[in-house]
Amino acid sequence: MAVLTMRDALNTALREELARDPDVFLMGEEVAEYQGAYKVTRGLLDEFGPKRIIDTPITELGFAGLGVGAAMAGLRPIIEFMTFNFSILATDQIINSAAKMLYMSGGQFKIPIVFRGPGGSAYQVSSQHSQALESWYAYFPGLKVVMPSTPADAKGLLKSAIRDDNPVIFIEQERMYGMKGEVPDDDNFVIPLGVAEVKREGTDATIVARSLMVPLALKAAEELDKDGVSCEVIDPRTIRPLDIDAIVGSVKKTSRVVIAEESHPFCGVGAEISAEINERAFDYLDAPVKRVSGADVPMPYAKNLENLALPGVEQIVAAVREVSYLD
Amino acid sequence: MATQVVMPKLSPTMEEGQLSRWLKKEGDKVSMGEPLAEIDTDKATMEMQALSNGVLRKILIQEGESAPLGQPIAIIGEPDEDISGLLTKTKAAAPPASSAETPPAKQPAVSAEPQKEKEAPAKSSPDGKQASAAPAGARMLVSPIAARMAAEAGINLTSLRGSGPGGRIIKRDIETAISGKKTPATAAPSLRAVAPARPVAKGEVYAPSAYRDEPLSEMRRTIARRLVTSLGPVPHFFLTSEIDMERAADMRRSINELYPDAKLSINDVIIKVTAAALMQHPQVNASFQDKEIRYYEHADIGVAVATENGLITPVVRSADLKSLLEIGAEVRELAERARARKLKPEEYTGASFSISNLGMFGIDEFTAVINPPEGAILAIGAMAPKPVVRDDEIAIRQIMRVTMSCDHRVIDGATGAQFLQTFKQILENPVYLFLSQ
Repeated sequence: MAVLTMRDALNTALREELARDPDVFLMGEEVAEYQGAYKVTRGLLDEFGPKRIIDTPITELGFAGLGVGAAMAGLRPIIEFMTFNFSILATDQIINSAAKMLYMSGGQFKIPIVFRGPGGSAYQVSSQHSQALESWYAYFPGLKVVMPSTPADAKGLLKSAIRDDNPVIFIEQERMYGMKGEVPDDDNFVIPLGVAEVKREGTDATIVARSLMVPLALKAAEELDKDGVSCEVIDPRTIRPLDIDAIVGSVKKTSRVVIAEESHPFCGVGAEISAEINERAFDYLDAPVKRVSGADVPMPYAKNLENLALPGVEQIVAAVREVSYLD
Repeated sequence: MATQVVMPKLSPTMEEGQLSRWLKKEGDKVSMGEPLAEIDTDKATMEMQALSNGVLRKILIQEGESAPLGQPIAIIGEPDEDISGLLTKTKAAAPPASSAETPPAKQPAVSAEPQKEKEAPAKSSPDGKQASAAPAGARMLVSPIAARMAAEAGINLTSLRGSGPGGRIIKRDIETAISGKKTPATAAPSLRAVAPARPVAKGEVYAPSAYRDEPLSEMRRTIARRLVTSLGPVPHFFLTSEIDMERAADMRRSINELYPDAKLSINDVIIKVTAAALMQHPQVNASFQDKEIRYYEHADIGVAVATENGLITPVVRSADLKSLLEIGAEVRELAERARARKLKPEEYTGASFSISNLGMFGIDEFTAVINPPEGAILAIGAMAPKPVVRDDEIAIRQIMRVTMSCDHRVIDGATGAQFLQTFKQILENPVYLFLSQ
């Protein structure tokens, strides 16, 4: 097992899948010559050539649509958005074409496409470039939504996403590209979509966290362990399909839940998970489900305000203490 | 808004319930979840809880009366609310209140205590944090898992104080209750604690005995759990003793000579002696209550009476406070009404100890079955002249054999034996009766 950054783990997954299947190709802004705005596609142009690694103009709706057409014609496109903030321009192709084509064609056209790129907050890129859009895409039937939290998960999940016959929204976290972790070398290492992972076992409270919040939740669990509170940290990894059984199983064990997310609270994924827990595990709850979310404001530019708008270890610890009736 | 309280379904097979005891009077404040009345079902006497907040405005059926499921039995509303509409609506359904003259059974004086507690202003808990008890009249707060655990463990939520926000009863409180540990949250002394040396009010001797509940010790709980797996829900064991009845018989004869109308029986003497012995062995005047052991303050002695319809056990309340003549008269009166099927439920339920006497049928000795939740029953055999050894000589004495059945969850062998020893000592020398009280 090699220790890789999240960036290189993603790069490995892309390289392996491009090598494995000649129908796979990659398209996006600055993915080829510049080797990716975040260097996730480094070296791919040299290795696979300009027919499979394609630089596009700044036309998100256009190249997303090209991708959907290529997928209908039998190819397996990977569309990189420089960040998911720009995917907003492409939502008509993603939502109205990619998500619905299989259904509206009566099963004739499957759309094996991956839309990937960084999402969530970065460092001082302000309101328009610091958005967690997973709840948008998870809302629509027909799309899968994946959010890795470790380099190994990034590799295994991206490979599964590329091999999946459905459109997959694959949201990386801009702040996590440099995160290092052990990654299996096996070029057949895949992690099935829709399977959560318990990142830390515990008995007193469950923290459901995804993406950027997973390392923070683990840190919070460590802090809480000092106070004798044993936290289970569970990462759904795939937002849709959601492994609600794993979450509910954990809640039944601990009776207390905190959902940590960097997205806004209103209509967020945390709200959905909370509703599911309420429906499926009400009789097991000892406290109301508690969310720790990003502030319900556009992301501020100022560094101090940006920090305040994002949930941190402290807030997660406080929330777990609250549902555990410790304060 | 005023609401009707209807006869609830308290057992799966219940079709009607008999109102055994109102725990609230008209005009009393009631909160949701608070016990309102005791209902005799086909299975057991059950506590019925109020389902709304307000004031008990009207009692529609009296104690001792029955009502089919769903029939209105009371009205709860605001103190000044007009309930005439509800009243006329329920009149048709309600049976005539024939026994409306009957005053409600006097409750144990101590039952006022928990109410007083609720009225008291919220105090700070020992750790200085905001008191967690819910304000009077507020809805009971309980987390879903706590409610489920309490139901599974048979814990009455109204007996708990929540340690969560706003007094919410949470998992921790139930775990504490189950483990029997005392925490600040539940440290309020068990309900119905009895003040020592309480003066006895006139008339109280006809009310059920006051009692105090003490949480089961871990050892007691283990004994109970182990023994029921062996002998069923009430693990009996038996202690037999042979008693020389010469002096007791003499005493009875002398009293009957002085008061020919008294028609005192040996059984009356046995009741009095039992009560006196129970006062010396309060561990035996007790019953197993699932989570606690209930210790009764007085000896409410159930006396098994055979009737044409079967066995019934009218209760002589506070036999420890009554004279032999009072006991004799009361037993005869109760037995007569038992045979006429005129006993009220509170007159044949809630004894602390029972006596069954088959001596008149010439039975030498037998074992009786405990009437739960009582802790023990004494089976009395026939008194008959028997040869016994006295001072190394064979003598003929009036001998009676008694066998005590004990609920081993409450009474251990030695405890029962000590009680029986005292019982024998007093009965063989009844002058003790006049020394102990």
